[in-house]
Amino acid sequence: MQRFGLGQPVRRSEDPRLLTGRGRYAADVRLPGEARAVVLRSPHAHARIRAIDTTRALAMPGVLAVLTGADVAADGLGEVPCSIRVNGRDGQRMPRPGRPLLAAERVRYVGDGVALVVAETLATAVDAAERIDVDYDPLPAVATIEAAVADGAPPVWDAVPDNRAFFWQRGDGDAVAAALAGADRIVSLALANNRVVPCAMEPRAAVGAFDAATGRYTLYTSSQSPHGVKKGLSAHTLNVPEEMVHVIVGDVGGGFGTKIFHYPEEALVLWAARRIGRPVKWVGDRSEAFLADTHGRDQRNRLTAGFTADGRLLALKVESFANMGAYLNCFGPAIPTEMTGCMLSGVYALPALHAVCEGVYTNTTPVDAYRGAGRPEASYMLERLMDAAARELGLTPDAIRRLNFITPDRMPYRTVTGPVYDSGDFGRRLDAALAKADWAGAAGRKREAAARGSLRGIGLSSYVEICGFQGEDATIRFADGGIEVLVGTQSTGQGHETAYAQIVAETLGVPFDAVTVVQGDTDRIRTGLGTSGSRSLPVGGPAVKRAAEAVIARGRGFAAHLLQADAGEVRFAEGRFETAGGRGIDLMALAEAATDPANLPPGETVAVLDATARFDLEASTFPNGCHVCEVEVDPETGRVTVVRYTVVDDFGTVVNPLLLAGQVHGGIAQGIGQALMEFTAYDPDSAQLLTASFVDYALPRAADLPAFDIAFDGIPCTTNPLGIKGAGEAGTIGACPAVINAVIDALAPLGVTHIDMPATPEAVWRTIRAAKTAA
Amino acid sequence: MHPFDYIQPGSVAEAVGLMRDTADARFLAGGMTLIPVMKQRLAAPSLLIDLARLAELRAISAKGGTLTIGALARHAAVAESPVVQARIPALASLAAGIGDAQVRNRGTIGGSLANNDPVADYPAAMLALGARIRTDRRCIDADAFFTGMFATALEPDEMIIQVEVPVPEAAAYQKFEQPASHYAVAGVMVAKAADGVRVAVTGAGSGVFRMPAMEAALADDFTPAAITGIAVPADGLNADLHASAEYRAHLVTVLAGRAVAAAMGRS
Ligand SMILES: Cc1cc2nc3c(=O)[nH]c(=O)nc-3n(C[C@H](O)[C@H](O)[C@H](O)COP(=O)(O)OP(=O)(O)OC[C@H]3O[C@@H](n4cnc5c(N)ncnc54)[C@H](O)[C@@H]3O)c2cc1C
Repeated sequence: MQRFGLGQPVRRSEDPRLLTGRGRYAADVRLPGEARAVVLRSPHAHARIRAIDTTRALAMPGVLAVLTGADVAADGLGEVPCSIRVNGRDGQRMPRPGRPLLAAERVRYVGDGVALVVAETLATAVDAAERIDVDYDPLPAVATIEAAVADGAPPVWDAVPDNRAFFWQRGDGDAVAAALAGADRIVSLALANNRVVPCAMEPRAAVGAFDAATGRYTLYTSSQSPHGVKKGLSAHTLNVPEEMVHVIVGDVGGGFGTKIFHYPEEALVLWAARRIGRPVKWVGDRSEAFLADTHGRDQRNRLTAGFTADGRLLALKVESFANMGAYLNCFGPAIPTEMTGCMLSGVYALPALHAVCEGVYTNTTPVDAYRGAGRPEASYMLERLMDAAARELGLTPDAIRRLNFITPDRMPYRTVTGPVYDSGDFGRRLDAALAKADWAGAAGRKREAAARGSLRGIGLSSYVEICGFQGEDATIRFADGGIEVLVGTQSTGQGHETAYAQIVAETLGVPFDAVTVVQGDTDRIRTGLGTSGSRSLPVGGPAVKRAAEAVIARGRGFAAHLLQADAGEVRFAEGRFETAGGRGIDLMALAEAATDPANLPPGETVAVLDATARFDLEASTFPNGCHVCEVEVDPETGRVTVVRYTVVDDFGTVVNPLLLAGQVHGGIAQGIGQALMEFTAYDPDSAQLLTASFVDYALPRAADLPAFDIAFDGIPCTTNPLGIKGAGEAGTIGACPAVINAVIDALAPLGVTHIDMPATPEAVWRTIRAAKTAA
Repeated sequence: MHPFDYIQPGSVAEAVGLMRDTADARFLAGGMTLIPVMKQRLAAPSLLIDLARLAELRAISAKGGTLTIGALARHAAVAESPVVQARIPALASLAAGIGDAQVRNRGTIGGSLANNDPVADYPAAMLALGARIRTDRRCIDADAFFTGMFATALEPDEMIIQVEVPVPEAAAYQKFEQPASHYAVAGVMVAKAADGVRVAVTGAGSGVFRMPAMEAALADDFTPAAITGIAVPADGLNADLHASAEYRAHLVTVLAGRAVAAAMGRS
């Protein structure tokens, strides 16, 4: 295996560029004559707009345009749609109100855009926005699920008077009812999965240009899905043919789901550019990112599970509410329903499931995919449930899991929720993680901590998730002495340029440095579904590999032509085509030869070696593993410190262990953040976002985290040609329950059996106090 | 940010004169508080009087039982100063715990005291240590200097020159950080001097305040046990997303006990 091949810890080829400030993010794009735009956002969570007077703003020198919802309507622009159909309790279709580019009659959350100001400079645009007079008639607002579903709650949408956006269910209610009736023990649990603000390091930005001569729009944006944005602009917001839209995405500083979607600002800058005849740039600031980028999670789950006396899980009923925010965002309704629902069997052989979920409108920022997108919620439910059941049945957390695991001899295994797991040995991961974490020694460490006045606890989670969706094309081109790989997935920091280059270097036997990965340009790359659901390597990887194999097939013919041999007689190894007689030519020399038409076989062009291939995923992949978290709780202040963190993951084939560890580290950090720190608070009356900046919204920093002890023990995926399972979200999926199970274990001596996320110091202190009072 | 004029005067007299003669002028020290507020358009001074050239106000020195710190001494300089570390290590470590490295490399003690943020660290130290705040025209005892939330005894055109801090026999500061901002949810400075014990609390109230009941108990018996039973009334304490008044009251007692332990050389 070569040094830059598959499985090697190749350092990221992006890093020198990104670490020395030579990355090119959307906000770095400078187009000649560009004007600056700002969006005036609603300060009210819910209000009728009586009138908008733009006179004072327009009168300011340097102001080029002030556009409102009325202008959007007059120019016939569309809305940002929700792509998921939703039904009501009666099975009838429910309305799916789209998200307007600018709110015209009513604003529905703090941050809803009401006007776009375009000016010569940013400062002028900001000044002008302050001079727009919006006459609001404030309406009562609802901020939480509980408030929105209460009797007499003010409706966010008049067409949905009870704020219930949809009703979804899966499974067999009768079977579950029967199994619960026959169960020895019923275990119930009510959980809150807290809302989080994704907080990518790079806020969104969009720069739009319009070429009046060709009628073509060019958008530079910060996105996980360049082709998705193109489609949204073409089909929904600008309403122009796809070929009239060119989307370019440069470096992206994190997405975590938030940047999958087409956002209003992307259409607004292009529209404004056409109207004023100059490029228009909008750069969101951090406050806008908090208010106007989609949020994640925000579910309430009630679990009722039946167990046998010896700990076997018989049936599970899950009743959930999901906060959708003020609008149904692109995938929003799919997250708490299909995405959570399909993983509700987890690593366990669950005979019967019935899950229902009601989506709820509130006057808050729309909620959609956030790293894990529904799967962390499922894993959180199951792993909290297993610990609760173990406590009630007098089993250890590992024993109850072992009893219920889907064992390797049952693979492939169709779960009651739908998916078919191809592979996985959950017991082996558990054993390895417990050994690595010295689970057996935890009792001693607890005693040692107790002697210091500290409460120590240990918790685990066994997770499985679902990755890799749909298909992807990849093209390999030879140009300028190098190899270009064109692919429609989009790195937002994961290191795709490195990983794909490794696959190509290994398959073609060419130097790693000869391979350049091209992404984020809808003119150069014909198709693409972007990066989400940990799909890039499981789906893009095989597509790239197949394109490389197609290059070899084409190269064999060309080499035979040059070597005057029979193609069947030419074999390829380590970057070289050779005849049986030992005559040969290197692939790169072949590419060089192709530049001289005299060398080409009849009918061939310089592109004689170039190839495109497609990979369509037939089955999803199922990464899995075991997290073990150890915490110490300061009983006097309630502060939780994560002191030890161990993971053993099965990601199938590993392309690059360094990139992989980076994904797991970041995922765990976000999971610990959600579990202990990330508290998203809305004022209950005004529905103002109270944690709207890093002064109040606590993201974990390096000092809040321990060093992570991670091992990979992969069983190659049987449904993926490369055996890759995907790893982008696994860290967040495993972490939350492991952390909270550890906190509850630490507090168990006081009689504590439950705490919700985020387990902030005061929440823990109150839980301790309540337990002491009860004792 | 709104447009403003900017000047770097060469002397304290010039700076104070400009301040007196210009409507809506502001002194600029480290800018760690003032600049963000201007960027949010919550403050729009007409003139920024940048004190950067008044290098003499950065000095840190000790004479007799008094430590003198210039108003422009940065948090990092106080944290790293051998003079401070030798005389009042608790003050050096307090400075080392302010914000992050960037903030400590810009922010100044004078700016922090003039701002008197109810969750800032230095005010607790000045109050507990019985410091004097020397300005361009007078000397103000810490007890009289901090007058309420973001309020001080400074006149509108008055400039802090330096603080003069009596060196205590023992002192320690305990801070419970707000997880997002790392400001104090509650912070307690305990100082034991020849003339008694002083306990000052920041973060918990509308401004820094002393705890006379704890001071009296500690004067008799300087041990954590002396104050564990002294509950702090929650009435009037701050309540926000991060901590209720009740929780803050509880934290003050816990932190005061830990500060006493630390001052006694245990931690
Ligand atoms: C991210 C962040 C984290 C922080 N964390 C903490 C923390 O944990 N603990 C903490 O205590 N503080 C914290 N701070 C505040 C920091 O300590 C500031 O530096 C300090 O409050 C102000 O000092 P400055 O020199 O930056 O003042 P400036 O911002 O320049 O000025 C602040 C105010 O004081 C006035 N002023 C400045 N110097 C003088 C003077 N010599 N005489 C009279 N008036 C003057 C100015 O006119 C202005 O009104 C933090 C700040 C940030 C940005």
